[in-house]
Amino acid sequence: MTAVNATTHYPAATVSEAVETHTLSVLVDNEPGVLARVIGLFSGRGYNIDSLTVSETEHEKHLSRITIVTRGTPMVIEQIKNQLERLVPVHRVVDMTVAGPHLERELAMVKVRGKGEQRMEALRLADAFRARVIDASTESFVFEITGASDKIESFVALMIPLGLVEVSRTGIVAIARGPEGM
Amino acid sequence: MTKEMTGADMVIAALAEQGVEHLFGYPGGAVLPIYDALFQQERVKHILVRHEQGAVHAAEGYARSTGKVGAVLVTSGPGATNAVTGLTDALCDSIPLVVITGQVPTHLIGNDAFQECDTVGITRPCTKHNYLVKSIAELPRVLHEAFHIAKSGRPGPVVVDVPKDIQFAKGVYSRPKDFQHQGYRPKLKGDLDRIKAAIELMRHAKRPLFYTGGGIINSGPEASQLLREFVKLTGFPITSTLMGLGAYKASDPQWLGMLGMHGTWEANWAMHDCDVMICIGARFDDRITGRLDAFSPGSRKIHVDIDPSSINKNVKVDIPIVGDCAHVLEDMVRLWRSTAASAERKALDAWWKQIEGWRARKSLAYKNSNKLIKPQYAIERLYAATKDRDTYITTEVGQHQMWAAQFYRFEEPNRWMTSGGLGTMGYGLPASVGVQLAHPKSLVIDIAGEASVLMTMQEMSTAVQYDLPVKIFIINNQYMGMVRQWQELLHGGRYAHSYTEALPDFVKLAEAYHAVGIRCERPGDLDGAIAEMIEVNRPVIFDCVVDQNENCFPMIPSGRAHNEMLLGDAGVEPEDAVTEQGKVMV
Repeated sequence: MTAVNATTHYPAATVSEAVETHTLSVLVDNEPGVLARVIGLFSGRGYNIDSLTVSETEHEKHLSRITIVTRGTPMVIEQIKNQLERLVPVHRVVDMTVAGPHLERELAMVKVRGKGEQRMEALRLADAFRARVIDASTESFVFEITGASDKIESFVALMIPLGLVEVSRTGIVAIARGPEGM
Repeated sequence: MTKEMTGADMVIAALAEQGVEHLFGYPGGAVLPIYDALFQQERVKHILVRHEQGAVHAAEGYARSTGKVGAVLVTSGPGATNAVTGLTDALCDSIPLVVITGQVPTHLIGNDAFQECDTVGITRPCTKHNYLVKSIAELPRVLHEAFHIAKSGRPGPVVVDVPKDIQFAKGVYSRPKDFQHQGYRPKLKGDLDRIKAAIELMRHAKRPLFYTGGGIINSGPEASQLLREFVKLTGFPITSTLMGLGAYKASDPQWLGMLGMHGTWEANWAMHDCDVMICIGARFDDRITGRLDAFSPGSRKIHVDIDPSSINKNVKVDIPIVGDCAHVLEDMVRLWRSTAASAERKALDAWWKQIEGWRARKSLAYKNSNKLIKPQYAIERLYAATKDRDTYITTEVGQHQMWAAQFYRFEEPNRWMTSGGLGTMGYGLPASVGVQLAHPKSLVIDIAGEASVLMTMQEMSTAVQYDLPVKIFIINNQYMGMVRQWQELLHGGRYAHSYTEALPDFVKLAEAYHAVGIRCERPGDLDGAIAEMIEVNRPVIFDCVVDQNENCFPMIPSGRAHNEMLLGDAGVEPEDAVTEQGKVMV
């Protein structure tokens, strides 16, 4: 008799495949509950969300664009795309990771509290990272920094010993390179 | 028609225009304006159920036996939450429904008002789509859109939540011409190149097999006709899921019977050993595949499904074809004919010989008794007595359901209504009410278990109220039989709470409902009792007292492969049958 593997009864059998991170752009009707449908799909089916951003992008057409960073085996990623496309208000799903070269950016606001040399060091580093000061008081700065996630991670890490108070991040937005739209 | 009217009247107008003849429902505070509108018209007939779950199952039975959209009307709060089981059932089995729920007035939403619940929030994961209507202007569009979404593509239930103030509000009603959602465009035609590739693969198959499912039924009677034609043309064997029974004639020699956990020996071995699998309108569910890494290891797989998310979900296939079964089958039949494709005759003969060998195992055989009624025998006799009539069968969930699938032989689609995906005990009785309404002259039988049927027994009252002569044929073994069977195989025969110590007297219960009660306890009396049941033109509860210890075989225990199935008379040691790992699965 062959050995029985407890996980084989369910799609968990695909764990033998490597887990990949993909960035999906999802064009949806901007109607009430649409975000709940998308998030509910991920939680209900046990998919991961590493990052999710959403905003209306075409006002006249009432279209919003959701950018989701998710993880899974290739089979699961295909499922996620198909399941998203099944939702009635979803117009299109594009897997940016496989669709071709694309850009990913994130914006963060970073609050740092400190005085004297610490404060000056924070400002120098901000300059090196091309972060802008968008609020200042005698004992604090708020920096605005844009870039790829790892750049923001590095900047935030540098701010910890300099009096990091808090960080607010948008999550990743993505767009394809070149002249074509999604 | 463009005309000013109230929201409540719009609901009726849209239902009537969509061809709804019967609306299953239960009134309450938040739908009173719609009930008032119903009262003042005769186009839509309201069927008063006894519980909202019953309304949804009745609508499911109606939809499945007619191919039309089932319609339901319930109130807010508990009305909506009681409908959730039915909605989930319809989603799992792809049944088209439009369920209209009342809601508290818009200014009270979110206020924890009396009988308020977040209906769209609760039903979001158990519907194909849902709406909360917040202005009278969008109500006509939403109502018609709901029907479009429910019946197109892969069918499913749609909820329209209508606050009470919207029901009172006046607006302009017209039937919208265009469908608004740009993203919702189900693909009907399959990719021709892939269909050609599929035909090519089939033409060179040595051990081919059709594996079909509920998608054929949902696609309409034409799909069943095309399937029959194609199966005949190719000479290939065919098996089907529980949901697909009736799409192909069970009396045909090419039919191998149902496959899966309680499928026949020949169907499951053919699945395991085939070299080309043609899956049409089925979804590689875990009841079908058993152990995934041992599922049909040597086959190349063609998968036709209207829902792209069903493809490559559990099992990777070689030729995926997204499209409606009837459309794709039409292309397949045409291509098979035009390319004069013929199967590998010699290999096919050898394959059939092998299949006949499996068939000779007679996997459905059981030891009959002249003292106790064997449940299999009861269904065989029921089949013999009803096969030449215009008969529709519904079931509850459990052993009786599997025996019905094995021993009742379906020749036509839309004759078999059972809760497959969700496995809802209590489905069959209300479903039979819906079927009987749609087919008043036909014989409608719910093959039931005594435990399941008690979950929705109150709908007997509905059947009596509307003179619906449904026959509730209870295979009564006093156990939740399938639970008991698993406890026997998996849990050392410790029958924790699967025995019902106090059951009602079903004959007296029938009489209390003003229906007819019949009890049968001896095999010799069975034919006469069944004949009596059929002759009575009133609702009947038939208490068929059967052998309490009978188990449902063949069986593929959880976590096992198709070629590791158990047979009833094989003398399997129960503790041996299931592995430790298999116990964690259901």
